[in-house]
Amino acid sequence: MALYVEQATKKFGDFTAVDNLSLSIEEGGMHGFLGANGAGKTTTFRMILGLLDPTHGTVRWKGNPITYANSPEIGYLPEERGLYPKMKVEEQLVYLAQLRKMSKADAKRETAAWLERFEVPHYRQKKVEELSKGNQQKIQLIASLLHKPSLLILDEPFSGLDPVNVEMLKGAILDFQKQGATIVFSSHRMDHVEELCDDMSILDRGKVVVGGSIREVKRSFGKQKVRLNMNADLSQLSAVAGVDHFTKTKDGALFQVADETVAQVLLAKAMDLGTLRHFAIEEPSLEEIFIAKVGKNYA
Amino acid sequence: MHSFWIIFKQAFMTKAKTKSFIITTLIVVAAFFLLANVSNIISIFDGEEAEENVLHVLDQTTGLVPDLQAQFDLMDSGIKTVPTYLTEEELQESIAEGTIDDYLVLTKNGELGARYVSESANELGSGIEIENAVQAVHTALTAESLGLDDNEVGQLFMPVEFDRQAISESSKSQEELSQARGLVYVLIMLIYVAVIYYPNMIAMEVATEKSSRVMEILISSVSPVKHMFAKIAGIGSLGILQMMIFGLAGYFAIKTAGTDLTEGFFSVMGFSELKISTFLFAILFFLLGYFLYAVLAALLGSLVSRTEDVQQLMLPMMILIIIGSLIAFSGISIPEARYVTISSFIPFFAPLVMFLRVGMLDLPLWEPLVSIAIMLATIGVLGWFGARVYRGGVLMYGSSQSLKDIRKAIRLGNSK
Repeated sequence: MALYVEQATKKFGDFTAVDNLSLSIEEGGMHGFLGANGAGKTTTFRMILGLLDPTHGTVRWKGNPITYANSPEIGYLPEERGLYPKMKVEEQLVYLAQLRKMSKADAKRETAAWLERFEVPHYRQKKVEELSKGNQQKIQLIASLLHKPSLLILDEPFSGLDPVNVEMLKGAILDFQKQGATIVFSSHRMDHVEELCDDMSILDRGKVVVGGSIREVKRSFGKQKVRLNMNADLSQLSAVAGVDHFTKTKDGALFQVADETVAQVLLAKAMDLGTLRHFAIEEPSLEEIFIAKVGKNYA
Repeated sequence: MHSFWIIFKQAFMTKAKTKSFIITTLIVVAAFFLLANVSNIISIFDGEEAEENVLHVLDQTTGLVPDLQAQFDLMDSGIKTVPTYLTEEELQESIAEGTIDDYLVLTKNGELGARYVSESANELGSGIEIENAVQAVHTALTAESLGLDDNEVGQLFMPVEFDRQAISESSKSQEELSQARGLVYVLIMLIYVAVIYYPNMIAMEVATEKSSRVMEILISSVSPVKHMFAKIAGIGSLGILQMMIFGLAGYFAIKTAGTDLTEGFFSVMGFSELKISTFLFAILFFLLGYFLYAVLAALLGSLVSRTEDVQQLMLPMMILIIIGSLIAFSGISIPEARYVTISSFIPFFAPLVMFLRVGMLDLPLWEPLVSIAIMLATIGVLGWFGARVYRGGVLMYGSSQSLKDIRKAIRLGNSK
């Protein structure tokens, strides 16, 4: 395991921000963190970065604790944007990369390449405060990975971006992972985690309520959905044993079932009712799992 | 060490390149040249006015106006007497109309008498000169009537020799004090401005980095303590550079001023004694004062979340500096006062007050050394304490911005 967090707990006075969190990510893996505001995502990241020491537990990166000695291996994109507003784009990217022990010449060359990739080469000599929010976010991402870290920590990398820019940044992050980087990121958007990550954790009030590979999580969630599209009245099928929930849709109905055998029973009964146009067993979305585990007060 | 220099360079260069820094430097340099030449400039205006400095004299005596004029010339007052043949009423009307500023009525009923009439009390300043001149005329007349010759008159008015001498060893003669005073005054002024200006810069820098959240990236790359001291060193070097520019400008301004700065105002605020040791002490106390207050400023800057709150938290520190400056400036005229001596050993006042004493008095060397040692120890303690607060403070975001946050910051820094 490349990144290894074992039973990390962080207390601020009486308040427990992170409670007994364990996590391991393989080298080259991408791990998504989901959680409401105040769930402990940023505190967890700060512990991984070595900005905060866990009250209990340990954090290891390739077997070593994270200190300023291995900080050049780590890249960080903070949740609240962090750049010098009055400094020019290139100047500040080079400065931040130099602090992570990259040479000035390399930093300049890489900056030019990344600006080119994000289609903003003309911003090189602009002050950051003159840029739009989306473009600032591009610069912020470049700042986190310019020095080629092997561990990249991204706190809400996609917030406040338009769909075109989200796709552009996603592509860049996936490419960076292909080059061998291990990536941890948090998001409000379940679909981003679902699309990018192999593994994920849902945090609620400092605890991991769901964690592991996304496929495992979905399977073990137990609840699956069966979609049936046909013209017959399907409401009578809601009485079938094992159907937890029934929703009428425009083209038919959606059943929430306990397991796959119930789906087979539904299929058989539906075929008796008339012509079946569409039958599908649908996996639960992360959003549904999240709402089920954390509660509905989450947008 | 590598990242220390990168932060050092960045702190130095970004500030040095700002327009405000360049403009401030230029303005101060220009002000120095202006001040050094102030007596030349004043004399230009004086010269013009001298032409117009006409005193109308209504002479009711036996033609003493030429004697009076002779006295004015002797006194080098630049006043030109003009006999007038108008009546008093007409003269008063002229004043009311503004065609003349003032007039003098000379009378002689046995004794010589004079009455000076001017539009406003402002003119009365020249009244003293006129009085002296009339007095001199009167003395000459009386001497003449008594049959004294010039030599005897001279003896009569010979000024006594009045010399001040202080017997304390550290004390300098009044004359020596005056010679050093101008330089010490200017240098205290510079130190005062410097310990306000540069630490403020640091507090603002830290607060800006914190409010723009770039701090999180910085301190995940390098340790907050290294970051803090690199920044203090960077801005400190910038300060030394600026002070050196000011020093050179001041030196050349005085050299090129064309006056030796010993007359008039400068007889009390002298520049005639330019001791190298005074400059060296000035640089030393500037550095000590800077580091002392810079550490404090960085500590305070790390506590706020928004740059708007910096000034509020900086207030206690500013008050310390202002008290120190008040002691130092009042000590300019009485450097041996007890409160000056005591406060020169209090670390927060020492940069200004001990420098004043070193500059004005011949102190035994141990006194400044003890004061410097106390300051160094304070800087050490503050540096240690500041680093602890800073480590936690830079991670702390919230609306509160009071000194109570220091405890919170230390706790956060400790648990780190």
